[in-house]
Amino acid sequence: MQFMGYKRSEGRAGIRNHVLILPTCACGSESSRIVASQVRGAVNIVFNTGCSDVAANTAMSQKILTGFACNPNVYGVVIIGLGCETVPHKALREKIQAMTKKPVVSFGIQEEGGTLKTIEKATRAARAMAAEAGLQQKEPCDISELLLGIECGGSDATSGIASNPAVGNLSDRLVDLGASTIMSESIEWIGGEHVLARRAATPEIHNQIIKVCEDYEKHLLAAGQDCRAGQPTPGNKDGGLSTIDEKSLGCIFKGGTRPIVEVLEQAERPTKQGAIVMDTAGYDISSVTSMVAAGCNAVIFTTGRGTPTGNTIVPVLKVTANEHTYQWMEDNMDVDLSAIIRGEMTIAESGEMLLGEMEKVLNGRLTKAEAFGFSDIAVDHVCRFI
Amino acid sequence: MEIKAIMLDAKDNVATLTQAARPGDKVRCIGGTGETVESRAEIPVWHKIALQPLTKGAAVLKYGEPIGELTEDVEKGAWVSHLNIRSVPRDYAGEYVTIE
Repeated sequence: MQFMGYKRSEGRAGIRNHVLILPTCACGSESSRIVASQVRGAVNIVFNTGCSDVAANTAMSQKILTGFACNPNVYGVVIIGLGCETVPHKALREKIQAMTKKPVVSFGIQEEGGTLKTIEKATRAARAMAAEAGLQQKEPCDISELLLGIECGGSDATSGIASNPAVGNLSDRLVDLGASTIMSESIEWIGGEHVLARRAATPEIHNQIIKVCEDYEKHLLAAGQDCRAGQPTPGNKDGGLSTIDEKSLGCIFKGGTRPIVEVLEQAERPTKQGAIVMDTAGYDISSVTSMVAAGCNAVIFTTGRGTPTGNTIVPVLKVTANEHTYQWMEDNMDVDLSAIIRGEMTIAESGEMLLGEMEKVLNGRLTKAEAFGFSDIAVDHVCRFI
Repeated sequence: MEIKAIMLDAKDNVATLTQAARPGDKVRCIGGTGETVESRAEIPVWHKIALQPLTKGAAVLKYGEPIGELTEDVEKGAWVSHLNIRSVPRDYAGEYVTIE
């Protein structure tokens, strides 16, 4: 199986060809938004951190920023910094340039003499980059270049019964074709971790999966939080999910059944091909952020209650098996899987259908969230600001 | 009125309703044992119905796995939700495998 994508000099192919306007910190976010609004082909992210952080938070922020810049859907990067943040624009640019050959330029607001001067320079740079990006032709790429992020959010009981198994079937099909998938949200393995660990390719991976869950619980307890008090969310409970265990046992279906070949930390790039899992928050926006930073070029997202979430770098394909949600929120929902619940479609048939839908997205069809231009990100953090 | 519910595993003692149920509705399970139970409560769509009488402390089984324990006795046909089950802490120490 092939798709038409943008070949990159290193790593996987892109399925989009964005110029990314990347703030180093919160103070660069508004200028980045204005620059992106001036240039067709440019997208921006809003970054709410990057300053006054403890080292562990800074490390996470840097993994996200460099990961976004290196994402295969990004043609080139225009960085906008302030000047007094933890990692200023020049340092961030050099880090990114050490990781990728794609064009990267950067500006600092204090250095340039204010917002307008920075915006002018950055806009001119972004325009030039977008013009060059337009010359790059799509080429046939093997499906092995796909790294699909698998996410769920706003789950209800239909998620675990239908949409997650359907996406799991898609994941199995993709892995069999040579592609890779990442299932994240490790807090939503808790209660089903013993079932997930049975898929481990090695005993070491089995133990890593158990340890990720044990450590997550301990981490929350250290902050005085019982994970069973926050999960399931109030919306999950209204949707018929009573305990974290019930939610997790349904959640883990979305990763499919193939052997798990690697367990990643948040925003870490895979080194293996196949079915992969990542230790991230259950907060869907944060989890998608981490998978995009790890290099996912597409995301599939199951929901029961309906969510609008999109990511500006990567298309997010929204699927639901809740017929009411699909109809009520059709402008946010991409694929209706409610036929599974009605007994009119098998899980295997739905997986085949999703493969066809995903192929269209890889080849350029905009998802609903993408057409809206949604740009949701959330960077996980471990400690208060300084 | 007949309501359909999804029973995911023959071991399960609850099923998930695909329509809201009222007391007296016949709830027919799709999958699992395919049994039919009479609803004893107003149960919202996508919520669970007890397929047998269950006592306080009993494990609630869905997907053939425990999803929590009951905090009260429930009768066959009762509504099972976050209001009457709770999650049981994991025994992680027992889940690690020995590496040769």
